[in-house]
Amino acid sequence: MSERLADWTKGEQAIIFQTCAACGHVQYFHRAFCVACGASEPRAQRASGKGRVYATSLVCRAATSETRAHVPYNILLVDCAEGFRMMAHGENDLAIGDSVVASFKPFAGKLVPFFAKSK
Amino acid sequence: MSFITGVGLTSFGKHEGSSSLDLMSKAAQAALDDAGVKRSDIDGILCGYSTVSPHIMLATVFAEHFGIRPAYAHAVQVGGATGLAMTMLAHHLVEAGVARHVLIVAGENRLTGQSRDASIQALAQVGHPDYEVPLGPTIPAYYGLVATRYMHEYGVTEQDLAEFAVLMRKHACTHSGAQFHDPITVADVMASKPVAMPLKLLDCCPVSDGGAALVISRERTGEAGVRIRGCAQAHTHQHVTAAPALSELGAEISIARAKQATGLAISDVRYAAIYDSFTITLAMLLEDLGLAGRGEAAARVRSGHFSRDGAMPLNTHGGLLSYGHCGVGGAMAHLVEAHLQMTGRAADRQVRDASIALLHGDGGVLSSHVSMFLEQVR
Repeated sequence: MSERLADWTKGEQAIIFQTCAACGHVQYFHRAFCVACGASEPRAQRASGKGRVYATSLVCRAATSETRAHVPYNILLVDCAEGFRMMAHGENDLAIGDSVVASFKPFAGKLVPFFAKSK
Repeated sequence: MSFITGVGLTSFGKHEGSSSLDLMSKAAQAALDDAGVKRSDIDGILCGYSTVSPHIMLATVFAEHFGIRPAYAHAVQVGGATGLAMTMLAHHLVEAGVARHVLIVAGENRLTGQSRDASIQALAQVGHPDYEVPLGPTIPAYYGLVATRYMHEYGVTEQDLAEFAVLMRKHACTHSGAQFHDPITVADVMASKPVAMPLKLLDCCPVSDGGAALVISRERTGEAGVRIRGCAQAHTHQHVTAAPALSELGAEISIARAKQATGLAISDVRYAAIYDSFTITLAMLLEDLGLAGRGEAAARVRSGHFSRDGAMPLNTHGGLLSYGHCGVGGAMAHLVEAHLQMTGRAADRQVRDASIALLHGDGGVLSSHVSMFLEQVR
């Protein structure tokens, strides 16, 4: 099996997605198989970090001491240019439909994707 | 055929010093008494889960504690849909002849048994452990995401959502067992502390202690006849990141299946018991189920449509938003209230006609859905 590319969930400054060679399905959550057709070893690729805001929720009440230090923080669902949806952080004033681009920021001891409005 | 022959419900709020097993036992005893059956009559037990006292075999822990040796027992876990999922399973079990009387029970000291932070943190773990939880979302944030999108697509406003909190509080004010009895206004909801925008404190259900239980039987045990007419489920995803488009969510699928299973239509429904973990949950489910047009549920609240004396009385006990939410038992209170309405025992809350009731539960982030029709049999 091909080696798994490290992404932000492993501390790397990268967003990784998979494409199925058999059916072309694009998926974000890493798996050893294509969730649409079951074919093994979908190809992992680095995403451009470009996307569009699908939904937002500004968290004002956090549940742990580590996350409370960051409130308010904006949680987003972003539809990425490559055809998958991901959860991330972003600027507090983002609106649904905004074109955004990813960078990475520390949050509660980890590195997380952070989207800002495309210039 | 299957009948709901007995119901039991504790008050919700603080039950200082009561364990999950204590609350389950209290509700179970009430349900047995209501059905007029003894412990030895119960040959099936289904129970939910307790986040305060997790156990890999809660059903047998409860059975031993309560003093029942059932022929069939296990726990069921589908988040907020668990109560209706257990009722659906019990319906099939008694119809298939596996059991004669199934006791369904849930209870949790979620408010006094752990800190509110611990409770919120435990529930946030329904998120994806690698791709969501590290971002620090909470359950209100998952629903907040769904809310902003729903508001964007259908023109629903925060004031619209607030109407549901006001209605549930109004209903709770007429039930002595509810956690909250102070009337609130739309302005109060709008001014309440932001939790995960657009959801504010009064858009969110509370954390409660409480318990609920039902007995599902093959035959009636008394005069009152509440028959489970039919039910269905749909499960489209677990994590909100993987949720389908708003027009393809599970509530529409499960209600279509339930209508097909029963031959009933929404126009037959006289009483509605709908899951309301947040105001957005209730607004969306009412519209997904066809109890209101898209973006029109709030207007129907304002016009009194969902009030006790309205055309479609809804959660007359106050729902999760104001009766309270003790985990699995929370949505079972909707079932208990529907039963009381259908048997003419809802006191000041009694509606004119509850001959056909529609119940709907949702677990996860609109992930798991159960729709059920109950029918009054004379």
